[in-house]
Amino acid sequence: MKKVYTDPAAALAGLLRDDMMVMCGGFGLCGIPDELIEAVRLSGAKGLTIVSNNAGIDGVGLGKLLDTRQVRKMISSYVGENKEFARQYLGGELEIEFNPQGTLAERIRAGGAGIPAFFTKTGVGTKVAEGKEVREFDGEHYVMERGLFADLALVHAHTGDTEGNLRFRMTARNFNPMMATAARMTVAQVEHLVRPGEIDPDTIHTPGIFVKRIVEVGAREKRIEQRTTRKRADSTPAAAAGGGTH
Amino acid sequence: MAWTREQMAARAAKELEDGFYVNLGIGIPTLVSNYIPDGMSVQLQSENGMLGMGPFPYEGEEDPDLINAGKQTITALPTTSYFTSADSFGMIRGGHINLSILGAMQVAGNGDLANWMIPGKMVKGMGGAMDLVAGVKRVVVVMEHVAKNKDGTESPKLLKACDLPLTGTRVVDLVITDLGVFEIDKKGDGGMKLIELADGVTAEEIRKKTEADYTVALA
Repeated sequence: MKKVYTDPAAALAGLLRDDMMVMCGGFGLCGIPDELIEAVRLSGAKGLTIVSNNAGIDGVGLGKLLDTRQVRKMISSYVGENKEFARQYLGGELEIEFNPQGTLAERIRAGGAGIPAFFTKTGVGTKVAEGKEVREFDGEHYVMERGLFADLALVHAHTGDTEGNLRFRMTARNFNPMMATAARMTVAQVEHLVRPGEIDPDTIHTPGIFVKRIVEVGAREKRIEQRTTRKRADSTPAAAAGGGTH
Repeated sequence: MAWTREQMAARAAKELEDGFYVNLGIGIPTLVSNYIPDGMSVQLQSENGMLGMGPFPYEGEEDPDLINAGKQTITALPTTSYFTSADSFGMIRGGHINLSILGAMQVAGNGDLANWMIPGKMVKGMGGAMDLVAGVKRVVVVMEHVAKNKDGTESPKLLKACDLPLTGTRVVDLVITDLGVFEIDKKGDGGMKLIELADGVTAEEIRKKTEADYTVALA
């Protein structure tokens, strides 16, 4: 079976339909399958439920699909960076289901591993647990969360081979590997497509079994959301970089 | 007189111990990394999938594939490892991170924390905050003692009960404000204790600006 496609539109041909659930890898704009998102935009598929940690920024990443009103619902943990998102959400045009980031990651991991539900401490006693089963284990309370499994997953990797084996780079890994496992059909875009054997099997992050189609998009320019630097003379200690909870 | 943001960060850094794995939130908590004592080994976790977070890059050396959870460009260290978001929250939820330092809108005397949504305002989401407070062994909140309202009045943030939607129940161990430091017995019924005063701050001033019940146990 041939997995390699020549361009993003070809890689998605026959897969898109209205009202489907699509997982989209990435954290902020880091490791997002931007070329595949663009192909979804051009396809016109609408009423989509998108599972993605964030919602892109205006006109970039998933922001493109919001601009064209192709998204009906987002399942995300944080969506702060997008004005068009805020407009549609406040206007009641867009539905959002907020998941704690770790719960979202685990729902996807579980879905891909055939686990229909799991119990977690996260969110017990908060809005997130409303309407969900809470159970006590060893004296502590846990809330039941469901696994997530989508119609389609779109992921971005640094290197892939023609068998669909993938390697990610630095923090561009994030949600991509779990999402690759958690859909009926997974399409990967890669910066570098190589022959089988060229990726050391010990360093493959996502085995090719999870990837049905693969397309090379090249090492193109990537957007940076918060460009933060220090001066050459700066004597900031080695560990002095910021954190966050998004 | 009260503590500045930098002084609050320096006070929070006293909670660090050699060998700790630590997650720092946005704002004042981020500044804590500037006060890690020389010779102490502390690895910073970034919940988007990195342990051993380095400083911001020099101009021209930014890498779009290397960011922290605030989406800022950062650098790696010799100790750095990368992993998936599921592994990242596995180490958080599984209790492997020693310390989480984060900001808050409100904290209650029993350790309840609210820091993710204000009803009626655009909700951006909780990100990883709920996972961090539920899973990390020790949770330290760094925040202003009172909220400054638009009309110039002040509202207490240390309350008998949070009125904003909760991020977690009975999760906070220590609160550092610009006025002082409070310890919370989140597992037991010891309640909240005032244990330190900021420079030039009196116990009376704190009493006036705190709604929560607490005992005073100054060293």
